[in-house]
Amino acid sequence: MNLKDSFIAIIVLAICILWALADGPAAQQGIGSALRLMTPLLLACLAGLYSERAGVFDIGLEGKMLMAAFTSASVAFLTGSAWLGLAAGIAGALVLSLIHGLASITFKGNQLISGVAINFLASGLTVLVGQNAFGLGGRTPSLTGAGRFNPITLPFADAVRDMPVLGPIYSGLVSGHTILVYVAFALVPLTWWVLFRTRFGLRLRAVGENPASVDTAGVSVTRLRYAAVAICGVLTGIAGAYLATALSAGFVKEMTAGRGFIALAALIFAKWRPWQALFATFLFGLLEAIANLYPNLDLGFVTVPSMFMNALPYILTVVILAGFVGRAVPPRAGGEPYVKER
Amino acid sequence: MDKMPKWADVILTPLISLVLAMGISALVILAIGESPWVALTTMVEGALGSSYGWGFTLYYATNFIFTGLAVAVAYHASLFNIGGEGQAAMGGLGVALVLLNIPLPHWALALPVAMVGAALFGAAWAFIPAILQAKRGSHIVITTIMFNFIAAALLNYVLVNILRPVGSMDPASARFPEQTNLPALTDLFAAIGIEWGRNTPANITFFIALAACLLVWVLIWRTRLGFEIRALGKSEPGAVYAGINPVRITVIAMLISGGLAGLMAINNVMGESERLVLNAVEGAGFIGIAVALMGRNHPFGILLAALLFGFLYQGGGELALWTSIPRELIVVIQALVILFTGALDNMVRMPLERLFLSRRRTGGA
Repeated sequence: MNLKDSFIAIIVLAICILWALADGPAAQQGIGSALRLMTPLLLACLAGLYSERAGVFDIGLEGKMLMAAFTSASVAFLTGSAWLGLAAGIAGALVLSLIHGLASITFKGNQLISGVAINFLASGLTVLVGQNAFGLGGRTPSLTGAGRFNPITLPFADAVRDMPVLGPIYSGLVSGHTILVYVAFALVPLTWWVLFRTRFGLRLRAVGENPASVDTAGVSVTRLRYAAVAICGVLTGIAGAYLATALSAGFVKEMTAGRGFIALAALIFAKWRPWQALFATFLFGLLEAIANLYPNLDLGFVTVPSMFMNALPYILTVVILAGFVGRAVPPRAGGEPYVKER
Repeated sequence: MDKMPKWADVILTPLISLVLAMGISALVILAIGESPWVALTTMVEGALGSSYGWGFTLYYATNFIFTGLAVAVAYHASLFNIGGEGQAAMGGLGVALVLLNIPLPHWALALPVAMVGAALFGAAWAFIPAILQAKRGSHIVITTIMFNFIAAALLNYVLVNILRPVGSMDPASARFPEQTNLPALTDLFAAIGIEWGRNTPANITFFIALAACLLVWVLIWRTRLGFEIRALGKSEPGAVYAGINPVRITVIAMLISGGLAGLMAINNVMGESERLVLNAVEGAGFIGIAVALMGRNHPFGILLAALLFGFLYQGGGELALWTSIPRELIVVIQALVILFTGALDNMVRMPLERLFLSRRRTGGA
């Protein structure tokens, strides 16, 4: 990884260190909050990474997350088990993934339009079914106890609490999150390994760049793309379940609140690479945490309104897309259905 | 190879898609334990059964005509403009700035000035994504999505910190001057002695929307620019070979598209709320996508599709009022229409093509 590729990582670490030096306790609280806020972004971003690397654009991440949040919260409430909720979340997102696959792979339709449709489908169905099932205006009842994923304390967190530097970082930041946060972080190296060190990953990337060559090699383009879309469904499912059963205690109408699009922005920011995705989502998580902590951030010479912080991920993405700060080039066959030559 | 007669392509496929979308919606209603028939009659009664219902249906349809035309013009240049929502919101800002800052004695004078403001702001919001697409190849779908969010944040800031009158808690601008308020359709009917649609928001913008349909038709099929837009949409290398400048046409198509989306603000901001409120567009920008797809990107089709969605919107509101079905049913129907007419188009089209092909063979033999 050269210096240019570590650009985002350096910025993110610089923000964290400056913050910690300026106001230690606030930084600990803010960075911890950023870690929790970035988790759904990271999961959705990796989900999009698999799909788009295989040549299937997915602007339906938002809808899949929303659907998963609803199914997971509903099942977690009815069964009292967060794990069953997680399974239901994955199932909910997978159904929408299947529709996306049918539209964009089997019927060679427009992937972007399919994504738009999926977002609306989730937005409407969750409230329609939720209102009918629970009668709370589209909310699900609050989850308690085992219906939620609760924070876990890592081993030795208490032992090292009083040590300088390591103590606040390990027991304050690394420890004390829900299991899904650790799953999301573990998925980053796993994704890197799958994409760049396995045969499946090579083929998946090839199918996003030049599907004809994969087809010529006798590998099914259709099957590979469906696999990628299914992985995308599983990951958005976990992301949605995290939102409804770990970050908050239940489903609320439109609770994804644009996170699917921020994840999409992070994916472009990361130039479709897993490690950069980690830092891009961390950056966006930090921005959200800062906007929450300081609604009007006073930098001395200028006061930054929270609206600007909220819009910053989108503005940064447009700047990156414009190619002024390192060009983001999407997978070459992205967005195009593969038609076999006859 | 002509697989289908034109009428089948233009009328039959959207109709079958619509029937499929409605059928699945009916199943959804059945699944939540309600009667699709009652739902349908409630919607028809509420949206079309009275002049009151029509007043709202036409008001919504006016919004959707503008956003549908916006999507269609860009689509002819093979650009997918998802940014109608943000462009219409910025159009609202343009209308508000014009009406609050320029003293205009009469609505007939205020209307053209406000239209210029709306179209300019809408077009300006489409300009950056357009130029980035044309010059740097940044994917316009992504940039317009991002610009929707940036517009929402910007409007939020402007309404809370700048346009909000002193002492008001509401994130909304001051009311526009009384004399600039547009006449409602009910006033026009009253002038010729007919009582029609009292207390409904439908206003004379509806006629502007109809004129816009006609103008877009002329533009796309009867002018040199329209030809260049379609040529670029069909094949960029072909267009370049014919001496068409793709950068210029991409930007112009998007400016027209953004301007049309912005013009929607005449209806909702100037005509209805008579001040700028937060989230004034209420998703109409996205419904434009469904309307354009359903209307096959033709102004006449868009007019019909906009009326259909106007009906669904007003009917959906009535549904929420009289039954226990929430109005989000409309969002589901909208999603299914987009899915079937847009993404699963081939699923409907391929069997139809096969049918016509086999019929022609037996007919010819």
